[in-house]
Amino acid sequence: MADELYRLTLHAASQGLRDGSFTSVELTRSLLDRIESVDGRVGAYLTVTADMALEQAADADARRASGRDGPLLGLPIALKDVLSTAGVETTCASRILEGFVPPYDATAVTRLKAAGAVTLGKTNMDEFAMGSSNEHSAYKPVRNPWDLDKVPGGSSGGSAAAVAADECLAALGSDTGGSVRQPAALCGCVGLKPTYGRISRFGLIAFASSLDQIGVLTKDVTDAALLLGALAGHDPRDSTSAEEPIPDYAGELNRDIGGLRIGVAPEYFGKGLDARVGDSVHDAINTLQSVGATQRQISLPHTEYALPTYYVIAPSEASANLARYNGVKYGLSDPQATDVDEMMARIRGRGFGSEVKRRIMIGTFALSSGYYDAYYVRAQKVRTLIKSDFETAFRDVDVIAAPVVPAPAFDLGAKLDDPVAMYQSDIMTLPASLAGLPCLSIPCGFVDGLPVGLQLIAPPFAESRLLQAARAYERTRGPLPSPTKAIDTQ
Amino acid sequence: MTTAYRTVIGLETHVQLRTRSKMFCGCAADYANARPNTHVCPVCLGMPGVLPVINREAVDHTIRTGLALNCEIPEYAKFDRKNYAYPDLMKWYQISQYDLPLCVNGHFDVEVNGATTRVGITRVHLEEDTARLTHVTAADGAPASLIDVNRSGAPLMEIVSEPDIQTPAEAMAYGEKLRALLRWIGVSTANMEDGALRIDANISVWPEGEPVGDVKVEVKNMNSFRSLGRALAFEIERQTARRERGQPIEQETRGWDESAGVTRSQRTKEYAHDYRYFPEPDLPPLHVTRQRVDALRAALPRLPDQVAADLINQGAPEADVAELVQDRPLTDYTLAVIEAGASAGEAVTWIVHEFRRALNAQTNKSAAIPIPPAEVASLLALRAKGSVSSTMAGEVLDEMFATGKSASTIVEARGPQISGQDELLAIARQVIQENPQAVQDYRDGKGRAIQYLMGQVMRITRGKANPSAVSTLIRTQLDAME
Repeated sequence: MADELYRLTLHAASQGLRDGSFTSVELTRSLLDRIESVDGRVGAYLTVTADMALEQAADADARRASGRDGPLLGLPIALKDVLSTAGVETTCASRILEGFVPPYDATAVTRLKAAGAVTLGKTNMDEFAMGSSNEHSAYKPVRNPWDLDKVPGGSSGGSAAAVAADECLAALGSDTGGSVRQPAALCGCVGLKPTYGRISRFGLIAFASSLDQIGVLTKDVTDAALLLGALAGHDPRDSTSAEEPIPDYAGELNRDIGGLRIGVAPEYFGKGLDARVGDSVHDAINTLQSVGATQRQISLPHTEYALPTYYVIAPSEASANLARYNGVKYGLSDPQATDVDEMMARIRGRGFGSEVKRRIMIGTFALSSGYYDAYYVRAQKVRTLIKSDFETAFRDVDVIAAPVVPAPAFDLGAKLDDPVAMYQSDIMTLPASLAGLPCLSIPCGFVDGLPVGLQLIAPPFAESRLLQAARAYERTRGPLPSPTKAIDTQ
Repeated sequence: MTTAYRTVIGLETHVQLRTRSKMFCGCAADYANARPNTHVCPVCLGMPGVLPVINREAVDHTIRTGLALNCEIPEYAKFDRKNYAYPDLMKWYQISQYDLPLCVNGHFDVEVNGATTRVGITRVHLEEDTARLTHVTAADGAPASLIDVNRSGAPLMEIVSEPDIQTPAEAMAYGEKLRALLRWIGVSTANMEDGALRIDANISVWPEGEPVGDVKVEVKNMNSFRSLGRALAFEIERQTARRERGQPIEQETRGWDESAGVTRSQRTKEYAHDYRYFPEPDLPPLHVTRQRVDALRAALPRLPDQVAADLINQGAPEADVAELVQDRPLTDYTLAVIEAGASAGEAVTWIVHEFRRALNAQTNKSAAIPIPPAEVASLLALRAKGSVSSTMAGEVLDEMFATGKSASTIVEARGPQISGQDELLAIARQVIQENPQAVQDYRDGKGRAIQYLMGQVMRITRGKANPSAVSTLIRTQLDAME
C-alpha cells in the first residue's frame, strides 16, 4: 500500500496517520514522487514547494507524536495559484506577476496551515481565473488526466487535474462563474463552491469581487465537508465574509435525506445539452429518489440571461481589479520605459494574455460614461431577477439538481478561437454564481469515456444540506464503473 | 457702456482626518515624521488579493463634521471605486463615495465685514488619500519619481460647497472658519502647510443678466488662504478680461503658481477623466443607524458660533471673540476663567491680547496651559480692584508662567501698587524736572507727552504705580506750572 499512498482520500489518509500506518512525511513523499512522475504530462502545477511540504509534514508528525490531532493534520493539499502565499511565488498564471513573491498568506491558507495541512505547491489555472479550459495559462496548458488530448476545464483546471491525477489529496480552487464546478465535472472529482461570504476572500487575488469564492476540489464528498469545515467562517479582514454559524459539516454528513425535495428546472435541460449528459443527471436524480428524495419541476425563467449578465458584471469588476498591475510595485518591470504612460502600456501589453485583455476592454467599455446605465446597471437588475428566481424556487424545494456542463471535456484548442463558444461551457454554472448560492459538482457518469457531473444548488448557507444530498447520492451510487485514466496507463 | 460681471465660486475642501489607523487598514495614520514607506502594509500598498475594511472612527469624524455643518445624515451610504491611472494611486482606483455620501444638504454661515453669507454644503464624503510623489533627478541625470506610500490610504474627507461664494474674501473667510471648526470638533489638525487641509476652487465669471453657463474653471494648488484669495482674484480678472474681448472661457483645470502669481492651464475638457465609478464590491453598503447619529450629535461640543454668541451677549467685544474662537483650547480656558468669576468682556480681551502673548512665549507649546483658570481670574480681580496695573499684570502673568506661583503671592512679594499721593507726587515732580522737552511738547499741545512722562514714572516704580492716579498727578503738576 505504501507505494500508492497518493491515491488516498483525505479522510482515509487521516485515518492512516492516526493509526500510525504511515507518517505524514511518507505520505508527502509519495505525493511528491507522484507529481515528479506524472506532472510533466498533466501540467497541473506551476510551483511545487517540496522542501516546505516536507518540513510541514515533519512538523505535523511531531505534533501528532506529542498527542495532537486534527481533521487535516499532516494531509497534503494543493493551492490554486490565485491564492496569496507568503514567501511562495504567486502568479495567477500570468506573465505580469512572474516572479512575484507575496509577503502574506491568504486567510484560507492561514486556516489550512493552522489546521496542520501540508501545502504541496501552486496549481496551474487560466490567467487571473479567466477561462474555462485552462488553455489561458501564460505558462502551459493543463491536460485532462482521463484523456491527455482533452482540456481539464477551467479556471481551476490545475487543481481539478491534480486531484484527478492523484497529485494531491485535495486542492483549493476559486469559482467566479463555475471555475471549481466545471473542471471538477470534466476531471471527475467533487467540486464545492460555498455561499458567497462563507470563506474569506482575503488573499484570493480578485477577478470579480462580487462573484469570487474559494472552493474545494476533492476525491469524495466527505473530503469536501472536511475541508469546508476548516475554511469556513467570518474574517475581520473581509467585510463581505459572513458571520453565520458554522455547522459540523463532516459530523452531519450522513444524515438521512428522506423527504428532501429536489427541484428540476427545464431551463437547464434544453438546447445545447448533450442528451447523454442529461440522461446521466436524470439517472442521478432517480438514484436520490430511491433513498427518499422527491422530485419537483420548478422554473428558473431568467436562466438564459445569466451568460450576458455575467459577461458584463465580471469584466467590469475585473477592469478595476486588474488595474493595479502596472509595473510600478511588483511583477514585470520595464526599466527602458521613459515615462509612466509608456511603462504602463508596455507592461500591460506584454504582461496580460489575450483573454485577460479582452475582458478588461469589455469591462472598461461597460463602465464608461454613457454606457454604464445600459450595461452595468441593467446587468445588476437582471442579476436581481436571477436571484429572485432561485428564492422563489427554494420556497418549494430544498435543493436544485442540474447538469454542470453541457458536454464532456473537449479537445485542447477546439474553442480557443471562439470566445463565445468557450463562454457557453459555463452556461449551467453561472446562475448560481450570480445568485451567490452554494453549489457543488459530483461525478454522475461517463460520456465517451469522460466524466460528467451532477450539479446540486442549495439556498444561502445550506452547505450542510448540499453535502448531505451529495453524500447520499455518492453512497447509493457506489463506485462508478469507470474507464482507466490515461495518466495511469503508461 | 461697460458690462457688469458676476462671479460664483464653489469650494472643494479635502481634509485629512485625525484617526488612529488608516482608512481601510490597520497602519498608523500619523506618519508625519516617519521615514518614507514605513507606515505601509499589503492593503495600503494595493498588493494582489487584499481587501479594505472601513475605519469606524473615520466614519464618525465625517458624520461629526456633517452635523457641525448642519447636514442631513442619510441612513444608507456606500463606497464606490473611482478609476484613474496614476502612479500615486496604488490600486489605480480610489475608494471614494459617488452618489450616496455620508452627509448631504448642509450650510455654513460666513461673515465678511459684518455681513453674513450662508454657503450651502452639497455633501461631505469619505475617501482614501494617495501616496506622495517626489520628482527628482537621479544620479545619472535622468528624471525620476520617488513614491512614499505612507500617505496612501490615509482617511480623507471631502467637503463640497454650493457655488454660493461671490468674492475671494468670502472664500478666504469660508476656509478660515472651516479650519477653525474642524479643529474645534477635533477631526483634523487642518494644517494647510502639511497638506491636512487642501482647498480647490471652481469659479465662473459671466456677464450680469445672462444665465449662468455650465463652464467652470477649477483652480488647484493653493497652499494658504492668502494664495486662495490671490488665485481667485487673478481668475476673476483673467476671465473678465476674456469676456470683455469676446473670448470664450474654456472648461479646464488650472494650477496656481504662487511665485509668478498666476494660474496656468493643466488640463482641458477633452482630457477630462471618465472615472468609471461603480459600487465598491468589497464593501457592503453602510447602514448609519439613527442611534449612532444621535450619539455623535449628543457628544459634539458647543460649536464656535454658539459660544461666540454667548460671549458677545455677556459683553465681550466681537472682534476679540472672533479671534478667540479660532482656538478651542484657549476658548475652553477662557470659559473656565469666566466660570471662576472674571467678567466675560475683561477675560476675553485680556486673554486674547495679554495672556496669549505670554502663552506664545512659552517654549513647551504642546503642553496644556499650566496655570489654573482660577489664578487668572484672581489676577484679573486684582487688576480690576486697582491692586495691580495693566503693565504689572502682564509681568505678574509672566512670573506665574515662570514660577508656577499664584497671582496673589507674586503681587504680595512685589509690594502693593503705589497709590499714595505723597510718594507718587515726589516721583512725578522728579520726572517733570528731568524731562523739559516733554514738558515743552505738552505745552505745544502734543498729547503724547503725557504718555511719555507716565512711562517714565512706571519705569521708576517698576510698574507698581496706579496709572490713573499718575495721569491725574502729572496733568495737575504740568497745568500748575503754567
